[in-house]
Amino acid sequence: MIKKFIYLEWKAFTRSASFGKSVAMKVIIGFFMIYFSLLFIGGGVGVFYVLKKMNLEPFETVNKFLIYYFLFDLIIRLLLQAIPVLNIKPLLVLPFKKPTIVHFSLGKTALSFFNWIHALFFVPFSIVLVLEGYSISGVILWNLAIIALIYINNFLNIILSNIDKLFVVFLAVIAFLGGAQYYKWFDITTFTTPAFLGFYNIGWMFLVPVFLLAGLYAFTFKYFKNNLFLDAGLSKKEDIATTEDLSWLNQFGTLGTFLKNDIKLIKRNKRSKTTIVMSVLFLFYGLIFFGNSHQPEVMQIFAGIFVSGGFLFVFGQFVPSWDSSYYQLMMTQNIPYRGYITAKWWLIVIATFVSTILASFYLFYGWQTYLIIVVGAIYNIGVNSHMVLLGGAFTKTPIDLSNAGGAFGDKKAFNVNSMLLSLPKIFLPLLLYWLGLHFADKTTGLALVAGAGVLGFIFKDKVFSLIEKRYKIEKYSTISAYKQKN
Amino acid sequence: MIQVNQLSKQYNGTTVLNISDLEIPKGQSFGLVGNNGAGKTTFFSLLLDLIQPSTGFIKNNDIQVNTNEKWKSFTGSFLDESFLIGYLTPEEYFYFIGDLHHQNKADIDALLVKYEEFFNGEILNNKKYLRDLSKGNQKKVGIIATLIGNPEVVILDEPFANLDPTTVSRLKKIIKELAENPNVTVLVSSHDLQHTVEVCDRIVALNKGEIVKDIQTSRETLQELELFFAV
Repeated sequence: MIKKFIYLEWKAFTRSASFGKSVAMKVIIGFFMIYFSLLFIGGGVGVFYVLKKMNLEPFETVNKFLIYYFLFDLIIRLLLQAIPVLNIKPLLVLPFKKPTIVHFSLGKTALSFFNWIHALFFVPFSIVLVLEGYSISGVILWNLAIIALIYINNFLNIILSNIDKLFVVFLAVIAFLGGAQYYKWFDITTFTTPAFLGFYNIGWMFLVPVFLLAGLYAFTFKYFKNNLFLDAGLSKKEDIATTEDLSWLNQFGTLGTFLKNDIKLIKRNKRSKTTIVMSVLFLFYGLIFFGNSHQPEVMQIFAGIFVSGGFLFVFGQFVPSWDSSYYQLMMTQNIPYRGYITAKWWLIVIATFVSTILASFYLFYGWQTYLIIVVGAIYNIGVNSHMVLLGGAFTKTPIDLSNAGGAFGDKKAFNVNSMLLSLPKIFLPLLLYWLGLHFADKTTGLALVAGAGVLGFIFKDKVFSLIEKRYKIEKYSTISAYKQKN
Repeated sequence: MIQVNQLSKQYNGTTVLNISDLEIPKGQSFGLVGNNGAGKTTFFSLLLDLIQPSTGFIKNNDIQVNTNEKWKSFTGSFLDESFLIGYLTPEEYFYFIGDLHHQNKADIDALLVKYEEFFNGEILNNKKYLRDLSKGNQKKVGIIATLIGNPEVVILDEPFANLDPTTVSRLKKIIKELAENPNVTVLVSSHDLQHTVEVCDRIVALNKGEIVKDIQTSRETLQELELFFAV
């Protein structure tokens, strides 16, 4: 029976709309996968010696921070890890046993990227531990415990993903624990470090997370099995419709019509709503770079682009896929392409502008820091907004706005692929800024980036004609790709 | 109103539609019948420039649809649910389409009042988004939306499918009213011979992409068609 499932999965994978069509995309994703893998492996090998150099006992220090590692992992999962689901409905009436269906759905999540990426850190780290004279059996048991904990996170994510905005709670927990520890008020690690060390020292301790994992799996299994009915876990949640008065947008004519629609699109669909949350998170991205002397100076423009560009990267990236479910309507209505693209452009510009205003708290780092963000915003509006729209012509993956799946639905708006794809858009400003910095000074670097933005803005009409032409060329293949529901 | 010239559509060497010549005069109500795969939806998709013809072209009011977009301002169409915007309420959807046709809220409200009976109290003011309506009710919304902005051409693909018997008879009334207007050309496709014969002046039967019958509706039409499609 499992063989049949694997067959179905394989077909679903190889016949999906996005598969095989864009080799270039796959190459880029592959490149970043390797990059991050190397980063993790490097971290696994390096962390031991770095900590030793800092006169800290490496193994103990790692164990000390593991609690934060796992909490962060859970947040990242809640935000990013899509729950892979089988297309369950048609299977229900076929001679498959329900437990098999559930076991397979759950088993599929075990193979996720979010699970094995950790191995890239822990395996090299463990090898270093053994080489440095730690006991092999202890390290193995410790690893078993870690694996169990990683999978506990995996299943927690599955259960908790039905609850909205939960990651905010976990974020608050981390902020609270971190803050409490920093101000020496309450230190969670004094309780957790012995536990993590215990996995290594005490032979039977690893059984605790293993049993926890088994229990959690049993619970998840039961929960899903009991919900395997059309009117339970597989049912569609119906929302009570609320209408808001956006008629003040009417004064902008056709543009207003589209803006009204886009605002409703963002407000009323889970997938698009997440983009707003992500944009806000992007605002704080600069905190890593500004006032941090460990980061090379050239990376500051990187942060400048990201702080104001959150919405651009997470929403703009998917234009016109947001309208994929009714793209045929758009193509038969009295809509000029120009108006459609312009409306999306304005939406991105407005969001970038608002982000820039909100980012004014960076003024605490001095006006020069804020200037970098403003320059980043100019570049975003002038160049990147055009780039995402142009890229949109080639985006042929339909977005299913209505998360019809209920408890089993894949409702995550973001996958790793799409995040990685936005990275090239920051290479050019990085290069410009670096050139300025290298051959002259910071001001020249900023002027170069801002200049590129202004230039893009000046040639907006030209670029729009180009984008419009591209959309028209791609029209038929886009329509046929959007017809394919995932 | 609509001229078809040497139109054909091929997929991987298989011809799914081949119409060498077809003319639909202004004001006609035109019915397209045929079995599954006969090419009905393909024809409508070509007419709406949703797919590219392999050869030939279609002119809608002397505008060639795949080179010029001007036909969009006077053509109303509903092929399937992908013409609906799921996260809007029915009212918002009507206003949205209205905006695109430069109709204000009052115009739309006036139009909706006219079709209150057709909606049967299940559409308006129900605090439901379109995505949560049943298939039949979604169809009602889609059909009425094609009438916004006084279109000269109305294209409906399988309008009778998924509707309850009462609504079908009300829809037939609406289509007949439209057909009476000499400025409106109505194109309807259906599997249901009887409904189509009732509302259309002219019936064209497609089989494997070819026109096999082209008849002006008369008392004998239904019998003739039934005989033709019987095995």
